[in-house]
Amino acid sequence: MSTQEIPEENLPAGQDAAHGAVKVADDPFADPGLPPHKPRIQDIDERAARRSERAVALMFTLSMLATIAFIASYVIFPVDQIVYIWPFGRVSALNFALGLTLGAALFFIGAGAVHWARTLMSDVEVADERHPIAASPEVKAQVMADFAAGAAESGFGRRKLIRNTMFGALSLVPLSGLVLMRDMGPLPEKKLRTTMWAKGKQLINMNTHEPLRPEDVAVGSLTFAMPEGLSEHDHHFQTEIAKAALMIVRIQPEDIKDKRELEWSHEGIVAFSKICTHVGCPISLYEQQTHHVLCPCHQSTFDLSDGARVIFGPAGHALPQLRIGVNDKGFLEALGDFDEPVGPAFWERG
Amino acid sequence: MKKLSARRRHPLAAVVVLLLALAATGGLYAAFAPAGTAKADETAQSLAIEEGKKLYSVGCASCHGTGGQGTTDGPSLVGVGSAAVDFQVGTGRMPAQQPGAQVPRKKVIYTQAEIDQLAAYVASLGAGPITPTEGQYSPDGADIAKGGELFRTNCAQCHNFTGEGGALTHGKYAPSLEGVSPKHLYEAMQTGPQNMPSFPDTTMPEKEKKDIIAYVQAVNSEKADNPGGLKLGGLGPVSEGLFAWIFGLGALIAVAIWVAAHTAKAKKS
Amino acid sequence: MSTVTDTKKAPAGERVADWADGRLGIYTLAKANMRKIFPDHWSFMLGEICLYSFIIIILTGVYLTMFFHPSMNEVEYAGPYVPLQGQLMSEAFNSTMHISFEVRGGLLIRQIHHWAALIFLAGMFVHMMRVFFTGAFRKPREINWLFGFLLFFLGMFTGFTGYSLPDDLLSGTGVRFMQGAILSVPVIGTYLSMFLFGGEFPGGDFVARFYSAHVLLLPGIMLGLMVAHLILVFVHKHTHFEGPGRTNKNVVGMPLLPVYMAKAGGFFFLVFGVIAVIAAIASINPIWALGPYRPDQVSTGAQPDWYMGFAEGLIRVMPGWEINLWGHTLVLGVFIPLVIFPLVLGAIAVYPFIESWITGDKREHHIAQRPRNAPTRTAFGVAWITAYMIMLVGGGNDLWATHFHLSINSITWFVRIFFFAGPVIAFIITKRICLGLQRRDRDKVLHGRESGIIKRLPHGEFVEVHEPLSQGELYKLTAHEQYQPAELPPAVDENGVERKVGRMEKLRVKLNKGYYGEDNQIAKPTVEEYKEIQSGHGHH
Repeated sequence: MSTQEIPEENLPAGQDAAHGAVKVADDPFADPGLPPHKPRIQDIDERAARRSERAVALMFTLSMLATIAFIASYVIFPVDQIVYIWPFGRVSALNFALGLTLGAALFFIGAGAVHWARTLMSDVEVADERHPIAASPEVKAQVMADFAAGAAESGFGRRKLIRNTMFGALSLVPLSGLVLMRDMGPLPEKKLRTTMWAKGKQLINMNTHEPLRPEDVAVGSLTFAMPEGLSEHDHHFQTEIAKAALMIVRIQPEDIKDKRELEWSHEGIVAFSKICTHVGCPISLYEQQTHHVLCPCHQSTFDLSDGARVIFGPAGHALPQLRIGVNDKGFLEALGDFDEPVGPAFWERG
Repeated sequence: MKKLSARRRHPLAAVVVLLLALAATGGLYAAFAPAGTAKADETAQSLAIEEGKKLYSVGCASCHGTGGQGTTDGPSLVGVGSAAVDFQVGTGRMPAQQPGAQVPRKKVIYTQAEIDQLAAYVASLGAGPITPTEGQYSPDGADIAKGGELFRTNCAQCHNFTGEGGALTHGKYAPSLEGVSPKHLYEAMQTGPQNMPSFPDTTMPEKEKKDIIAYVQAVNSEKADNPGGLKLGGLGPVSEGLFAWIFGLGALIAVAIWVAAHTAKAKKS
Repeated sequence: MSTVTDTKKAPAGERVADWADGRLGIYTLAKANMRKIFPDHWSFMLGEICLYSFIIIILTGVYLTMFFHPSMNEVEYAGPYVPLQGQLMSEAFNSTMHISFEVRGGLLIRQIHHWAALIFLAGMFVHMMRVFFTGAFRKPREINWLFGFLLFFLGMFTGFTGYSLPDDLLSGTGVRFMQGAILSVPVIGTYLSMFLFGGEFPGGDFVARFYSAHVLLLPGIMLGLMVAHLILVFVHKHTHFEGPGRTNKNVVGMPLLPVYMAKAGGFFFLVFGVIAVIAAIASINPIWALGPYRPDQVSTGAQPDWYMGFAEGLIRVMPGWEINLWGHTLVLGVFIPLVIFPLVLGAIAVYPFIESWITGDKREHHIAQRPRNAPTRTAFGVAWITAYMIMLVGGGNDLWATHFHLSINSITWFVRIFFFAGPVIAFIITKRICLGLQRRDRDKVLHGRESGIIKRLPHGEFVEVHEPLSQGELYKLTAHEQYQPAELPPAVDENGVERKVGRMEKLRVKLNKGYYGEDNQIAKPTVEEYKEIQSGHGHH
């Protein structure tokens, strides 16, 4: 911010000139001053004023009635009663009644008060002088002198040892607070790099909780799977499924463009992480004709027939693929964990 | 009065009418249907195929080819099954009006009988999913809560929490499920129309499809409750935000204008 | 007034006041403030909407804390809402269901709380824009502008932590997004995420942690800021618009007692009433329809509340840039939006300081300007709003796509381009409009108001009669101040010594010319012009 003086002529003139001081004849743009107050009908006609008074009283009375209606609604309507009210639909009778009566009770207090103020209280406009916010030079000088006296008495400037050790103590003491934050959570270690998937774990259908067979998965179908051994009742279910959720589709092997994808598939059955590589939404808007899968959160689009590479949107890399095969019981199984971290990218991902 | 009017508008009224209609149709069918001989069935079936073929050559062959083998304008219908035909024609999607990102739901132009004939013909081209019976798709007695969980796992990503629909890539979209009949819901899951993936019985058994249908019926139909009031399209924060700005802040600013306005002055008397 | 010598006993009210005065000094306080003047204008009440909705939020929020369990322990739902019975959910979700379906009036309070939050933020946005476009942020109000901005900024996060508490599928998706965004922070992102969530996402801690931030930390800071904001409003006295008798040295309006006590007090009840009615008729955040959060489930149309929509837009339209170097990943596709987000908001926050540096004006300003009389500032403000709104569109691209039958990809590209082009176009158009309005004001002053009366002159010409403006109107249209554009000092000073002009000063002069130079403001009519035209009017 610049502090140099601004030439007076660049500032608009006349802002602080006394308004209204110039005669109108000399200056057609001069401030004529506050217009004279014009009375309202209520100011001159007592009957109109009485009408306003009654209107205000009526509003306050309506508020009282609405509060009584509120209490009555609270007692009368069961909490689970549903009624059809056009155009709102099948709504909770209690919520509707309580809201409207509470709204009316409050609104009429406000409306009454405002109507009172607008029609019966004085509406003469008054001017209040403003005073500069900044202190006068005398006050400032006094404060500076006081401060200098105080500073000198403390010996703060003179006794450097005290000053320096105090600064040292003050800057060190917040460290204890920072140290206490350490147990907010564990260190990352390899947590983001591994999931529950491991060699030999069967692919469990999220719908039926049964292991999947290759013949179950039809071309054009969409299935979600979790690793064998995980249950929705597990304590760590949410954390595990946040990494292990799997999306399974079957594509005609000749339509798969990516060599590795085909290699890691089983007869065209491919298993990709369901967790978007952008910021981790469960991505699964699968278009079976185009083999594109879209993220509902930020519209990253991946091509499942081409190694799930990103073809649109903010995701930075392809969805990780899980290498799958069939075990001797004829069920689909993982041939290992994902070979890269699932979900959003992070600094250590590499 | 209130009770009466509520009943008149009662969403169950539609269901009752539908059930009556179904019962009547079923009854009529039972009355007129030849009494359970396999031979008679076969004849009726081949008759339907014949009729369906005629309808097909008029309404469908230009895009799907004279034998359902498909052309550049339409996919092959061999093996899509009668369920696909019942869904596509029964929801008015087929016959398609114009090419576009997606064929929309329209007014149905065939009668159910004609649709059945078409379906029979297409089914005769190659085996595929069969039109479900009411016993398969009827949501009666299904587990709504389980259906909700399944819906959120399998369907909500495209169709929204309560089936209001949503966007897909390049102008395609997952349509709203409001007012879609249980049969068509079932068929859609079974056959995977257009870009929707299928959810075959092997990965999503019939019972689970029923659960899902029951859930959709419970949360997105005439009889769905919205205890809080207007559901604002069921679209979540965007419509809530618009409502808060337009009606919330709008109303408050209107009130503020009233509060701050100068009271009318008395006319010169 | 009773005095010490009064033998009669003072009325009870007065005795209570005396008692309080002896301890609190209330008479001195009341002397300064009881008849304080507030100007009347509807746009001056926008701040009150914010204050009152904040109070409503606190009142309803306290009620909600009595029933809400900020815990992520898994429970099986056994309440009355059939489509969720038997489902696993966190206690947070379960207790929110309990509030919505079993506590009488609980749903209403929840809905009032949430609607009031949306309106609070919307009110702050509009209030901020009012202050911006009328130049009411100028000295001495810059600090209060910053307080207001901080309130808006903290309000966004209070809202975010609040709607995340029920642990439903929609808000959980939002929290997941936040965690993904934190992970994108270079070097420390992974650690931040682990510490915030107590381990891997979602873990079992974030609801409790968000809860203490939502009900204690953030509203505590906001309450302090709001009190400071109000104290400063009292100290500075309110700005008012130009008009007869209204100058930079006074404030014209009605006294606090009784008019504003009734109007402002009444307005609180009006705001509360309106919000209660909205909560009665319109549902908000129906968590029962959304279902409990599971990290492997999602719904389309996953958006944050409107005030986060801007951030959502940024993250949606950003291209997916990712750099892998030396075993590390720089997630620019997420990190850049994370940085742009505070920068765009910060741009409006620091604007007052930039403008005061450009004008070099160190005087106090108490006149609320008409936006047209500050064309460059108005144009900047509209450009900023345009960028903000374009990003809001980006944040809802999927819903625009379905409801207007557009392609989501085209909308994304539109937003990508118009985030940059839109503000430029808006800036140019707004400036033109402001200058046009200034010209119209000038015409009005010089020629009078078009009366709509057509007169036929003796020689057959038709003219429209212009009515001269009243003195008050003339003053109102000419009272605004106009700056002369800054000039660089001459290259050599009076002693012939070469003057050094710093680069910053050169920039300042250049910007200043952009504000006040030729073609950037229309000179207001002078008295001479006026007199000349008025005297020649007869020849029309």
